[in-house]
Amino acid sequence: MATLAAPARATAPASTQSGLWSWIATTDHKRIGTLYLWTALAFFLIGGLEAALIRTQLARPNMGFVSADTYNQLFTMHGTTMVFLAVMPLSAAFFNYLIPLQIGARDVAFPRLNAFSYWVYLLGGIFITLPILFQVAPDAGWFGYAPLTTNQFSSGPNIDFWVIGLQVLGVSSLAAAFNFITTIINLRAPGMTLMRMPMFTWMSFVVQFLLILAFPPITVALVFLLMDRFFGTTFYAIAQGADPLLWQHLFWVFGHPEVYILILPAFGLVSEVLPTFSKKPLFGYNVMVYSGIMIGFLGFGVWAHHMFAVGMGAVADSIFSLMTMLIAIPTGVKIFNWIATMWAGEVRFTVPMKFAIALIAMFTIGGISGVMHSSPPADLQQTDSYFVVAHFHYVLFGGSIMGIFAGIYHYYPKITGRFLDERLGNVHFWLNFIGMNLTFFPMHFSGLLGMPRRIYTYDAGQGWDLFNLLATYGTYLLVIATAVFVWNFVRSRTRGAIAGGDPWGAATLEWSIPSPPPEYNFAQIPTVTSRYPLWDLKDPSWHEGEDSHGDTGTPGPSPLREETETHTAKSLGIPMPYPTAKPAFTALGLVVMFSGLLFLRNDLFAVAMTVTLGGAAMLIGGLYAWLTSPLE
Amino acid sequence: MSHDAKSPAHAHPTGATYLKVAVILTVITIVEVWAYYIPALVASPLFNPSLIIMSAAKFAIVVLFYMHLKYDHKLFKALFTGPLIIAGATIIALLFLFAKISL
Amino acid sequence: MASHAIAGHDDGHAHTHHTTTGLDNRKIAIWAFIGSECMLFASLISTYLIYKGKSLVGPYPHTEYTDASGKVFPAILDIPVTSASTFVLLMSSLAMVLALQAVQLKGTPLPANAGWWTRAQRSSQLWLGMTALLGASFLGFQAYEFTAFVREGLTIKTNLFGSTFFTLTGFHGAHVTVGVLWLMSLLWIDRTRGLGPQDELVVDIAALYWHFVDVVWIVIFTLIYLIQ
Repeated sequence: MATLAAPARATAPASTQSGLWSWIATTDHKRIGTLYLWTALAFFLIGGLEAALIRTQLARPNMGFVSADTYNQLFTMHGTTMVFLAVMPLSAAFFNYLIPLQIGARDVAFPRLNAFSYWVYLLGGIFITLPILFQVAPDAGWFGYAPLTTNQFSSGPNIDFWVIGLQVLGVSSLAAAFNFITTIINLRAPGMTLMRMPMFTWMSFVVQFLLILAFPPITVALVFLLMDRFFGTTFYAIAQGADPLLWQHLFWVFGHPEVYILILPAFGLVSEVLPTFSKKPLFGYNVMVYSGIMIGFLGFGVWAHHMFAVGMGAVADSIFSLMTMLIAIPTGVKIFNWIATMWAGEVRFTVPMKFAIALIAMFTIGGISGVMHSSPPADLQQTDSYFVVAHFHYVLFGGSIMGIFAGIYHYYPKITGRFLDERLGNVHFWLNFIGMNLTFFPMHFSGLLGMPRRIYTYDAGQGWDLFNLLATYGTYLLVIATAVFVWNFVRSRTRGAIAGGDPWGAATLEWSIPSPPPEYNFAQIPTVTSRYPLWDLKDPSWHEGEDSHGDTGTPGPSPLREETETHTAKSLGIPMPYPTAKPAFTALGLVVMFSGLLFLRNDLFAVAMTVTLGGAAMLIGGLYAWLTSPLE
Repeated sequence: MSHDAKSPAHAHPTGATYLKVAVILTVITIVEVWAYYIPALVASPLFNPSLIIMSAAKFAIVVLFYMHLKYDHKLFKALFTGPLIIAGATIIALLFLFAKISL
Repeated sequence: MASHAIAGHDDGHAHTHHTTTGLDNRKIAIWAFIGSECMLFASLISTYLIYKGKSLVGPYPHTEYTDASGKVFPAILDIPVTSASTFVLLMSSLAMVLALQAVQLKGTPLPANAGWWTRAQRSSQLWLGMTALLGASFLGFQAYEFTAFVREGLTIKTNLFGSTFFTLTGFHGAHVTVGVLWLMSLLWIDRTRGLGPQDELVVDIAALYWHFVDVVWIVIFTLIYLIQ
């Protein structure tokens, strides 16, 4: 499969670091990306297990597999886990691993801040996940509507974990976003203009802006809830005149951009996979960029379509309906551009390509049911029914997860130096594809037949039985598919076929260096003259007769070359950041500080103060030590 | 975005400019507070809009001169005005949705 | 968006840490952070305005309130005091910008016949200390305001006005506190090893943060205190 003879090498290059401590203290974006990947996959399995339990309970009418209370915790944690602990961090794994490689940089702009983001994510994720083992997990749905989540209606510690946990996870996402914005703006290799950036980097760039603008509103909404729960404020106290829609609005001001935060990285990944396996440049690169920016911008103007059922009035309904229909246009543009990319290409149906094509098809189904909701009268029928559940699983599973799997199969050889097994990959793909449709397609029907979401059981004879049973079978198929994937993922690390630097014949910078990449990434920072530098290198005449793809044809002082051997950073004289555990320690301080609040619930004021101040001291001490020590 | 990022040629305002800006900010603030104490003005339908305009003027002056966005790289203007527009639009949309303002 | 834009160098700079735009990473990050803060304060201010006039019991910001027992609570906002604290914060921005100028001028020689004002403009310690002091006195005003309100019967629990007011101004006060600590650590560095022209960026970043906190107050002062 490799187009160039590459040295048979799959072990890590002469890395100076190994062992557990080296992972805790790492500031290497690739190792942090790998940490994100493993952690997020672990949470993906946990979220999937929760889904399997939910579907088992719903397999037949009036099942008593789990209690209503447990069921509430399961669906809340399934949503929270998949959104905040699985899909977002899986995207973050790719941001970390790929952005510096795609733009020709040696690391991110702030390597230690990057480590901090990861550790906050890991600790926050554990914080919010552990309670389910003790039956005190959050239980008010992943969007935690207040006043349902106030003390009046949720007096246990369940929601405390959710409020504090999400607040902590927000810190991680924000810190990472500032880091990647700076990295993409400022660490691009010579010649890597904005309009030559790989599409994954472009979509990631848009996502970082969505993150920095969408997380503050939910931070504020969570602060209000936290203060209501712990300090007796009245933000969501209806008896004091509070508006029950305040939370909904603040949450969805965050929540809708969040939808694009979940999908745009997957769009970026398939935009790398499709041209590679079609041996054609991405169709309409500029339009793809602009439509991505457009989606990001319009994404801030559609939030209230989640709330048509609350009765906002004709004007508001009309505006948000219009905006929602509008946002379908740039999204549709992307779909057509992907199809046009494959058109008349030399298409190779590898596993990543199959996942990428599946994204196009499945996301289109989810997108179309999404446009159906944009009409308020239709939405009134569909809202809070299984039809909506079907819709967002088609965009999140059919879109985000398919895209992420495409990315994992595509980039696994780069990350590990070995291929994932293609045969197992095909089994995984087909089981996953069939299982997904078997799970979620019937939900369209049960939803239109009136089945509300989030009910823990239902009576027979309402026409829902068959659809629920099919969905449960589909879920079991997905469990098998995922088991095949996990087996492949773990096994291929040591047994997979060895991949060279550029195993797929791809075009962008990350493929010009060995797999796995050396710690310094590029021995010599490349100079870029077009969007597809490796194709230019291998066949300078490949795009004759087509447009220039940003090609200026004037190579810079250090023209691109394919690196096939690795040295140590030291022998090349490249300064590398010192390994340091200070970011991890600071992250621990942050999480300890927030968790002190938990003790207020039991009136343990002294304990709460001790833990919070202790955590704050760790945070400040860690930060001080971090800021006063040199990076490299 | 501009091509000569490194050119040191951006004209720096001097201490005198900074003082003038401070005087203008102080004068606007005095006018704002003065208006607050004139009942006839407060009752006027122009009171709120004119206060908002004065506040926006102060905001813009500080950003342009003290945060030297007027003299700085275009990139920073973009990084600030983009979010500012989205933030402003969000406030207006929320106030409309909660019937605090109407079309 | 300009396309062949930010990348401006093809002259092969050999710096280890040169950047695409020639700008410093930290300055880009602080502007992105300020952009994000716009949304934070937009959410807080929106909530305050949404709940304006919705409190079921007083005290109220601009109007008198008589409770069931006949006790009268006067309009609670103290405009003269807040006008003074607003002026103090504005002046702190002036001091901050002069501190940055002082650091920028460190390399250039002082003219022989320089007057007191020219000399004063060269003292980064004076202006950094002044900014921190003015910031701290703003916090003093806020502490006075908060305790006075609590004495007059308004706490975060009293009504929607109390919850939104204390949270919004408290968030702003927390930002000022962080700024004062930041300035004091700069002052400490200046006193121990001296800030030179090479430290311009470090002061610039702190200054951008400080001015942003000031512009947020400009908005709060008008929307919360003056508009009724």
